[in-house]
Order: sequence, then structure tokens, then C-alpha cells
Amino acid sequence: MLAILKARFLQKHRTMAYPKGDPPLLPEKYPGRPVIRESGCRKDCEACSSACPTNAISIGKSGIEALDMGRCLFCRACEEACPDDVISFRGDHRLAAVCRNDLMVRPGDPEEAPMKSIDAGAPFRRSLKLRQVSAGGCGACEADSNVLSTPAWDMGRFGIEFTASPRHADGVLVTGPVTRNMREALIRTLEAVPEPKIVIAVGACAISGGLFREHEEQLSGASSLLEVDVFVPGCPPHPLTILDGLLRIQGRL
Amino acid sequence: MKEKACILACGQSSALGSIPVTGIDKLRKEVVEKVERGARLSALTAYGNPSGTPVLLAALSHPSTGKLEILRAETGTSYRSLTPECPSAHLFERLILEKWGIVPDGHPMPEPVRYPAGNPGTATFLSIPGGITHEVAVGPVHAGVIEPGHFRFQCHGETVKHLDISLGYQHRGIEDMITASPPNRVLHYMETAAGDSTVGHTIAHCLARESLSGTTVPARGESLRGIALELERLANHIGDIGAISGDVGFLPTKDYCGRIRGDVLNLTAVLCGNRFGRGLIVPGGTASEATGDDISEISSRLRLIERDTTNAIELMLGTPSVITRLEGTGTVTGDTAVKLGLVGVAARGSGVATDVRNEFPFGIYRFAQIPVCTWASGDCFARTCVRWLEVRQSFRFLREQLDSLPGGPERNHELPMQPDMVTVALTEGWRGEVCHIAATDRSGDLAWYRIFDPSVHNWHGLAMAMREEEISDFPLCNKSFNLSYCGHDL
Repeated sequence: MLAILKARFLQKHRTMAYPKGDPPLLPEKYPGRPVIRESGCRKDCEACSSACPTNAISIGKSGIEALDMGRCLFCRACEEACPDDVISFRGDHRLAAVCRNDLMVRPGDPEEAPMKSIDAGAPFRRSLKLRQVSAGGCGACEADSNVLSTPAWDMGRFGIEFTASPRHADGVLVTGPVTRNMREALIRTLEAVPEPKIVIAVGACAISGGLFREHEEQLSGASSLLEVDVFVPGCPPHPLTILDGLLRIQGRL
Repeated sequence: MKEKACILACGQSSALGSIPVTGIDKLRKEVVEKVERGARLSALTAYGNPSGTPVLLAALSHPSTGKLEILRAETGTSYRSLTPECPSAHLFERLILEKWGIVPDGHPMPEPVRYPAGNPGTATFLSIPGGITHEVAVGPVHAGVIEPGHFRFQCHGETVKHLDISLGYQHRGIEDMITASPPNRVLHYMETAAGDSTVGHTIAHCLARESLSGTTVPARGESLRGIALELERLANHIGDIGAISGDVGFLPTKDYCGRIRGDVLNLTAVLCGNRFGRGLIVPGGTASEATGDDISEISSRLRLIERDTTNAIELMLGTPSVITRLEGTGTVTGDTAVKLGLVGVAARGSGVATDVRNEFPFGIYRFAQIPVCTWASGDCFARTCVRWLEVRQSFRFLREQLDSLPGGPERNHELPMQPDMVTVALTEGWRGEVCHIAATDRSGDLAWYRIFDPSVHNWHGLAMAMREEEISDFPLCNKSFNLSYCGHDL
């Protein structure tokens, strides 16, 4: 008992002050939201889109039309390939969106995108229990979701928790491109969640199939089977990005 | 004419054509005999045109000499299974059956593994006739935040007589797409083969590519790779010890380790911006552009992490009720571990002194040795202790490397790969031996590629650990192995 108390004293209280205080400092090399400079593209230049491993960048007549964060691996290959520094990743962690279209970054969009509401309403405001389903996820999105339960993030403060049973959940947090082999299990898990319920797609795989989009073994994301309410882009998203999404679903941010 | 066997040192490759193609019986005999004499079957696979005659390829690793050996053989639609005499071949033979339809005659469970046709969980489970036992089915969706898999227990009362593990739910079809996709996707496939072993798999891939192309890695790059790999091991081992602590109901260590795991991942993010090391390991070295400030920040944060970790884990291991719960639970004997070809923590926890870093040293481990940590008892306690011993070794290694990081470039230019070559690359990921086999075609592009995560070797170890245990011990045993589902299913 004494040893436990001594350890408790040494380990201290480490739960972050966020969201009341500042968010934790992210590393300098953390990419964050991409920004595309307006009318900076050379004629017929496709350097960024051919460098992109997931075809996330669409090119039109006057250069980049949009970068789809729902497909983006945040690998920065486009940033490196661009001869004119048109694309840059500026470290904003707030990426979650309700509308798939809001994941499109277009030339001239501001560095810090306006916070669109993703508030899911009263039922989830003080308690949001989620059933996590990995459907072909590599373990990274799962780990960065799971870490939110540790004392450093302590999402239990907000009444957010991962439940063991879908029957006790308010929604499903899906990761992975949704493999064919997980199709039925995912549908049946969501069916077991009582109404009202929400579906959150975390990571490029769950949003669009990501890297695996063209594989016949998968279904290109959760939207292929379910109506997704919130998208959290990243490969994997930083825990802060996921927490930001969850808090905004609750209307806390 | 006496044909010369293909023996490779770590990091070497061989012209595919120079490896003799024997009959399957000769390959079988050689593999069985050599494994009996202490070699390990790192991989057994097939390649070739699915419509033509496939060639079986075995990769044997010889710990006594530190050399790898490649054997090839032609086979028809069936052959005499190696598994009855060399059990470590069991899953490889099933994978070959699944993909190529080549039947291993006499295999105890000739069933597919990954169910690429989209019908998982349809395996023939072992059942016990007589009506006094019952079956418990668990998964694919489990209670925790964890990947999917199906477990079928045959129980007599609370006692598990047999456990069948049926996976494949995570199958994404990576191996075939490595060669079918644009080359700029390949590294990303390696990074996501098993997302928590990003560094282990990307290093194995880069070793293979560098061997095929003759690319060298500068000293700073080798050292940074070692730092990234040991940070990955630290993060996962600390997380696992915390999770084991949680499963036995000792919450202080669970909470501390859960947080510390994140602290370690954040150090990897200082190097490359990503907590899992995405984008860090590239052919020819690393792409961190680590500054002196980055390195001293990692050093100073690591000191605090080491203090907190030591405190948290010693607290747990000094608590008698925790020890009692772990000791004697989920025992795998050393003999079983060797026969099944277990690798990594699972093998070392059964007293088997195997570690790629020591037996087949690659990169920085050729210069900075890490002792092999074993514990003989084979139970959950042993697997916990091995992790703790390795955590301490990783801390020591990291301190040394961070204090004496070589200067100069961290990355060399990648040369083109040589045509018609094959190579086997081994690394010691945090779970154990990661094995990649790569072959090039006539134009020097990748012709085929195989990835074997340590989980491929180890899942059956978990099944053996559960025999005659209470079913309520399963979560703890599972955690003590903590294997990858997607790394197995790819």
C-alpha cells in the first residue's frame, strides 16, 4: 500500500488541461492541415498529384483543384514534390468534419479552417459511449483512439468511453478500409447499437479506403455500408485530432 | 553434379537462377533435418505464375552460423506435408494451399488461413464428441479496442481443452498489390502491414531493397534506424506490461504505463512528426532530418520516461498478488516453443534464446550488441519479465546511441535494383522476427514479395498456452502474447 502511494506521488497528476487550457504541444514535424496557395501552380504541372500515393490531389486547368484529406496519408510527398511550395502542411490539428465535402482543401482556403459545427445534439452531450470496430485497420488508428482512455488524455472526463458491448453504446467508431471479411460483423455491430446512434469514421482507410482503395479485398471505407456522421482524417489522426472531433460532436468546443 | 546450396549472410542477395531447384522430397528432407539440428524455418512460400508450375521456396535461418539458406523445389498439385515432422511449417503450408491450391498431404488442418474469398470463420473447428464438453465462440468483434479475430474454445466446465484461432478478417491483400501498385505506394504498404510495427517492417523492407540494389546506409542513418526500432519496442513493451497489469486488476501500473507508452510514441514523433514512425525509414537510410536539438530533446525526455517506467513496473513486479496471478498461467514449454517455431518475446519467455538482433545482426546491431533476454518458465510471468528486461536493454541502447550519434548524412541515394535476384531480410521487430522475401524480375522491378510478421509463427503458441487453462485466463494469456491480426492477415 505504501509503495502504491509512493509511486502515485512520483507519477504525479498528468492529465492535460485541454480543452480548458492549451492543447498539448505537437512536435515541430507534425503535418496537420494542408494549405494550398492560390494560383501558384505552373501550367501543366502534375508533380504533386503524381507523387501522391493515394490520388488525393485533383488537378484542373489552372493547377490544383482540391486535396482530399479523406484520402491523404499526410506523408508530405506532395509538399516535397511541388517546385513552387504551393502545398504546405501547417500543423492545425482540427480536421474533423460532418460533411465529406468539407475534407476537400482548395486553393486559397485559410490556414485555420473555420470551425464548422459537428454537434450531434443533446443525447450525446454529457455521455458518449462508443463501440470501436476495426475493419481492416492496421492498429495505428486503434492505438491513437485507445490512448484517449489513458490518464494523460482521460476522455472519461467528458463522459466519453469505449464500451465492451454495442448494446451499451451510442455509436460506432470505425477504423480500417472495411475488409470484405468484416462486412457482416460491422453491419451487425451497428444494428446492435440502440437509436439514436452515430457513426464516426477515423482515418483515411475508414473514410475512403485510403491506401487500400483499389484492393478488391475491401469496400473503400465505412460509407460503403453505413451512413457516416463524422469523418476524422489522418493516417493515423493524432489523438488530439480524434479528441477534438469527439468534443465537437458533444458541442463542447 | 553436386549443386551448391544458397547460403546468404544477412543483407546479401543471390541470383535466383543460381539456386538449385530440387524435387520436393529433397527440400522436405533438408528442411526437416536442418530444423531438427537447430535451424529455424523463417518462411516457406511459393511463387510463379498461378497458371504455370509454382516453385516452393524455403528460407532457413541458421543461428549457429548467422547465415540464411534458400531452398527451392518444384511440386505438382500435392506433396507430402512437412508439418508432421516439422510443425513450424504448419501455417506456411496452409498459406500455400490457400493461394496456390497445392495440397500438403498429411497436414493435420489443411484449411485456408486468410479467407480471401470473403467467407471468414468457416473453418472446420476441432470438436470433442460425447456431449460433455461445450463450445464457446468469441469474436470477430471483441470487447476491447482491438483488431478482429475469431476464437473457438472447446471447454470441459471452465477448463479449455482446445482453442482454435480463426483469422483472416483483416485481410487487405497487401502482398499482391506491392508489385501491382505504383512504386510510390510500396513504402506505405510496409508502414501499414502491421501499424504498431511500422519501423520493424519498413527496416526489413529497406534491408531487402538495399541488398538487391547494393545501396549502403550511412552511419547516422543506421543509428537513427536503431533508435526508432528500440523506441517502437519500448512503447509497445511498456504498453503491454501496462495492459497485463490491467488484466490482472492492478490498476496503478496499467494507468502509468498507458500514459508512458504515449510519451514514448511522442519521441518518435519528434524524429519524424508521426507517432508510429511513418515516413522515417527509407531505402538508403532515414528521412528524419534530425537536428541536435531534436536529439537532445529526446535524450532529456527519455531520462524522465526511464525513471517513471522503472517506478511503474517495479511497483507491479513487487506486488505479490500480481505475481501469483501471472505465475503458472498460460505455460508454453521450451520444447513446444521450439517445435512450433515461436519467435520473439513468446520464444524467449519459454527460455529459447533467439533474437535476430543477436543471431543475424543487421544495421547498427552489428556494432552495438544487445544481450538476449530470456526467462525459462514459459508462463505469463515469463513473458512479462522478458519485456521488462528488454525495456531496460532498450533504454541502455538508446542512451548510448543518443549520446554518440554519428554526424554526416543520414541517407544515401538508392541505387537501382539488380535484375533476377532474390533476398531474405530479417529484423527483430518488437514482437519478434520479421521476415521479408523479395525477388526482382528481368528489368529489376519487384517481381514478387512476401511479408511474414512474427505473429504468423506465434498465434499457435497462444492456442497451446490455453490448453488445460481456465477460460477466464484467456484475456491475460492473449495480452501476454499481444499478436497482430493484420500482420497475420495482411
